[in-house]
Order: sequence, then C-alpha cells, then structure tokens
Amino acid sequence: MKTDIILAGVGGQGILSIASIIGDAAINENLYLKQAETHGMSQRGGAVVSHLRIADTEIAADLIPMGKADLILSVEPMEALRYLPFLSPKGYVVTNTTPFINIPNYPELNEILAEIEKQPRFVAIDADKIAAEIGNKRASNVVMLGAATPFIDIEPEKIEAGIEHIFCKKGEAVVEMNLKAFQAGRSFALENK
Amino acid sequence: MQKNLFLGVEAIAQGAIDGGISGVYAYPGTPSTEITEFIQDSELATKKGIRSKWSANEKTAYEAALGMSYAGKRTMVCMKHVGLNVAADAFINSAITGINGGLVLTVADDPSMHSSQNEQDSRFYGKFAMIPVLEPSNQQEAYDMVREGFELSEQLEVPVMVRITTRLAHSRAGVVRNTELEQNALQLPGDPSQFVLLPAIARKRYKGLLEKQEQFEKAAKKSEYNLYKKGEDKSFGIIACGIAYNYLLENYPEDDCPYTVFKLAQYPVPQKILDKMAKNCEEVLVLEEGYPVVEEHIKAVFKKDIKVSGRLSGALPRDGELNADLVAKALGKETQVGADVPGLVVNRPPALCQGCGHQDMYKALNESLDKYTKGRVFSDIGCYTLGALPPYKSIYSCVDMGASVTMAKGAADAGLIPAVAVIGDSTFTHSGITGLLDAVNDGSNIVVVISDNESVSMTGGQESSALGKIESICTGVGVDPKHIRVLTPLKKYHELMVQTFEEEIAYEGVSVIVFRRECIQAAAKRLRKQKKMKDNPNK
Repeated sequence: MKTDIILAGVGGQGILSIASIIGDAAINENLYLKQAETHGMSQRGGAVVSHLRIADTEIAADLIPMGKADLILSVEPMEALRYLPFLSPKGYVVTNTTPFINIPNYPELNEILAEIEKQPRFVAIDADKIAAEIGNKRASNVVMLGAATPFIDIEPEKIEAGIEHIFCKKGEAVVEMNLKAFQAGRSFALENK
Repeated sequence: MQKNLFLGVEAIAQGAIDGGISGVYAYPGTPSTEITEFIQDSELATKKGIRSKWSANEKTAYEAALGMSYAGKRTMVCMKHVGLNVAADAFINSAITGINGGLVLTVADDPSMHSSQNEQDSRFYGKFAMIPVLEPSNQQEAYDMVREGFELSEQLEVPVMVRITTRLAHSRAGVVRNTELEQNALQLPGDPSQFVLLPAIARKRYKGLLEKQEQFEKAAKKSEYNLYKKGEDKSFGIIACGIAYNYLLENYPEDDCPYTVFKLAQYPVPQKILDKMAKNCEEVLVLEEGYPVVEEHIKAVFKKDIKVSGRLSGALPRDGELNADLVAKALGKETQVGADVPGLVVNRPPALCQGCGHQDMYKALNESLDKYTKGRVFSDIGCYTLGALPPYKSIYSCVDMGASVTMAKGAADAGLIPAVAVIGDSTFTHSGITGLLDAVNDGSNIVVVISDNESVSMTGGQESSALGKIESICTGVGVDPKHIRVLTPLKKYHELMVQTFEEEIAYEGVSVIVFRRECIQAAAKRLRKQKKMKDNPNK
C-alpha cells in the first residue's frame, strides 16, 4: 500500500492540520509516513505545499517525485492547479472551490474551475459553504479531508479516530462538529467522484 | 517500539535532550528555529533544568555554549546557515581551543533559498574549522547523531557540527527514542591554558588540531552512518551525501542498484573508502545537497582516469535543492511529469499580514520621501523586508542582519541625503546597535526607523531581546534623546508619522524613530492563549 498526497493551500489556511490528522491515523496503523512541510517566509500568505507520503514499507524521499502523486488535496482552487506536474496519470484532484484572494491579479474563478473540470479525475467541492451549513466555517479543512478519504488507502474510521484524537482537547462539541464536517465531505466525494 | 512523529528539527531537539545537554543556545532563523522552541516547550527539558532562552544573536549564542562546555557540561548551539557567518569567529577558534563538555553545533542550510538570502553550504565551514561534520539522511539519524554527538565531541575533544537542510528540518517521520543520558557534572578543563589563545598557546593547540585530523578521518571511516556497498556493475559508482541518499533510494525502490554506493554521512571524507571506490568504479557521480564540496574533494584525490560528475560537471544543477527527479536524470533514468501548470496560474508571493504595523510605517515613509529621488531606504532581515514588494516598493537593500543602519550611514557619508534605515526590533539588538554607535560617533546624517513589533515575527513570534529596551539602548549609544521619537503605526496617526519623518529628515544628525505596535500574529496568539486560560483556569 502506498498513497502519495500533495496538500496545497495558502500560508495561514491550515493545511498542516489536515496532515496531522492523517499522520495520526497512519502512525496508529503502524504505517510508514513522511511529510514535508513549508515553514518560513511563505507562511505569510504565500503558496504553501506539503508532501505527505504513507506506505506499508519504508519510504525513501521526503518529496514526492513528479508525476507520482496519487492525490492533490487543495484547500484553494488555483493552488490545486499549481502542482499538476506532480500528479500521476491515474491520480485525483480534490479541491475546495472557494478562492483565497490575497493578490491583485487573481484569475477569474470561472476560468480556474474550468481548468479543474478539464482534469480526468477530480472532485470540486465548496467546502466553505458545507462547513458554514454545518455551523462552523473553520471546519472547511475537515470537509476537505473527508472529501479526500475515498482516495486514501486508510479506512475512514481510522481517520475519524485521528479527528477525535486531535480535537479531543477542545471538547466534545468540537469533535462532533468536525466528525459531521468529515462525513459531509466524504459523502459529497463519493457521490461526485 | 513507540514511534514519535517528529520533524527533523524536533528529532534533533529530542536527541539533544536525551543526549544530556544542560543548555541550548540559539537565535531564531528558518529552518532551525523549531529546535530551540521544541526544547523550550518540552516538559522533560524543563524537568531536567535545561536552559533554553533565546540569545541576542548567533555569536553570543555560540560563545555562551562554549562557556558551558568550558564548565564541563554538554551543550548544543543552533542556527541557520547565515547565522554561522555571524558566529564564525567564535566557531573557527573553538576548534582550536577544543571543548571540555561535549559541544554540538547544529546548522540548518537552506538550498533553494526558501527563506534566506543565499544557499551557502555549512560543510565548507566544517572543513574550514577542520572539525567532524555529521550529515543525517533522515529523521531517525538526526536524532541518533545528535544524541551520540556529545560523546563524539568529548572523545575527539572538538566541537562537532550537525548539518541539515530545509527538507530534513521540516519533514516529519517516525522516530524511535533511545535512553536518556545523564548531564555532566560541573568540571573545569584539566589544562588551565586550553582556552587561552595567546599566539604561543594557539600555535601549539593548532598543531594539535592538525594532528587530530587523522583521528577524525578514522572516526568517519568506522562510523556506522557511512555505508559502503560494492556493486556488480563496475562502470559507475555513486557517493550520496546526507539526505541525497534518500533520492538515490527513491530511484531504486527494490534495493536493486547495480553500482557501488557510498553513503556519506560523517566527514571528513574517509580516504580509505575513496581508495576502495577508485578500484571498483570507472566513473563516480556525487549527489550532494548544497555546494560541490565532495565533488571538488574527490576530483583532487582521484586519479585522472576516473571521471567525476555531479553539480560541477553539469550532471546535476549547480544551484538549488536536489530531488528524486534530478537524481533520476543524473542516473540516466526515465522520469515522468504530470500535466503542465495551466497558464492562468499566477504566483502568490508572501506578503505583510493585513493590519500589520509595518504597512502603516511604509505608507508614511513613502509619502515623506515622495519629494526626493528614489533609492534612499536601506533595510534588513525580517517581515518588513516584504516592503520591497508591491504595493510598497519602499526599500532598496536587504543584505545581512544589521546592514540597514551601516549601509545608510555609508551612503550618507557618500552624500546621499536623506538616507533612511529600516530595521526591526530583534534585528536591531542582533546586529544594529554597533552600527548605530558608528553613526553617532561619526555624526552621520541618517534616519533610523526601528519598526518594533515586539517579537521575532518572521520566524513565528519568538521573544525579542529588544523588548522594552530600545529607547534606553539608543540613548546609551549616544543618540540625542530629542531625536528618539516613538510613534504608534496606525492609520489614524498617518499625518503625525509623516510630519515626524519630515522633522527628523530635516535634522542633520542621527535620528531614531521607533514605530511600536505588537505583531498582529503575536496579538492573535496572545488573545487565544488568554481565552484558553479563561476557559480552563486550572490548566
């Protein structure tokens, strides 16, 4: 088993919280994991990426080679496109459709979404809207995580356990809300993949 | 065995705690910052009484570590690669004094300059100081090498450098911890002259260091981190240094590399292994992150009939970080690339946060200087360096820590008036004070802006050595108190800020204008913490 995931977003959007939930689940499953993060200057609103590699055998490189990623999981639509050279011919793009506009020359959203729809395998999900409907806009990253689970070789229950583990310090209500967000994302992806 | 999911920097920190350090010394700098933060936040380190407060700069950090070593205790000092330039004087000489308690210097290089102004290779510094260098290839080795590094340092009686790069620093993997080693007792060096580098003593000690080189090479030869595996195919051999070894393995997932492979993780490069390699290979490819340190070395020691390739030969790019694809190409393997990035995707450069005080300062500065020709503002290293980018485009230099003050002074000496320096609070206490003293002593006509957000923000909001001390430092250095102005950078004070700039530009001498407002990231963090305390008062 091997899943190579490119996690993409903008500095400050919290892609590392997604990585830490998957990481928690992977370590509890006794899987090997390597996860390269972006720290430093780019965290100030720049493009950030994390390479997350999970396997049942030892992993060599911290970075995913070009054309080998099984999944691009992006919390921002333009950022999903930035890493296409890493995606394998059989890989999936799972992206949030809510843009994060912090630059004056951000392209037309419709054109970005059209590019995403050109991809052979994709799930485009308005995670911010779904999270807001559930009652907390900040859960949009967990909606995205849920949407990615059909393409990650770890049982969703194990990832739910990761959510409980990571959020338990914040109280039961927060755990419940995140589990709901997770399920909403997962259902959407299963229906729309 | 229990695996901890550690970043490379966290593995190093845990390795130092478990290796028996009594103190860590550091100045924040990406990608090294989290080493010290991890120790600061570690309950185990607190229980063990390990000191871990930030130093004013890398030089003071290194010297304090050397003092702790003098007193017999184990210590680690950490910095980013350019920080070692600041600490270089202490570092080079500490190889000659040698150590008493084990001293490990961890340096984090930044090839591809993700968050730096150059990509210098600290292995050169290791060679320059003539000390052993350890270069872990993964997080587990980072932990083990640091934990064992103190003993190695004590055995060889010199500081030991652990060199990592950004990729290892900021990548997570499972790490298994080893037992915790005890801290050393306080014990002064046996030879009272050991640390006295008067020429007569220094000459003797330097000879001693030269004599020890053979011992360092022997240690590298028998190091369990240096692996030599003879291959069936004699046409080719590969030397893979540090993390580059992983990129090699990535290309041979079935462990089916037909060539001789030398995994190099402890320096100096052991000649005996090179001799073996020379007998078994017609061509040698060097995979190394950073400068062609090993490639140059083996070109000099191999006979001419062995072809050497790497970053110098063009088999790999001369600059930038390596990856599995670049290594595949150098090995003549096929690579695949996914779809092209669509043309509409634009760059998203980092920017000052919305609501940041530096923004208000730059708006006022730009308006004040509008009537002059451009190119009069010298700046420094920190978040405010982003003032070089649109929409501000305010600054014209960013060279090294503290250079804003001194470059403004030099330009003013040359006749560029007005000349303005923009420096942050922590950068000012790191390396700006001495430059300000020069300007005061010379009566230079400059305006120094200290944009004080009361934290080291670019690296994640560490405590600034300057906190609460800036005005008294400036007065102490000799700036006329009438020309030390303190303002709050907020939109509502824009006119006042512009007016103050104009007044101080008109003054023919050294002016300091402090713009003081808490970093908004730090403020948000503080508010979250306060809320947490309120919600859980018992925690």
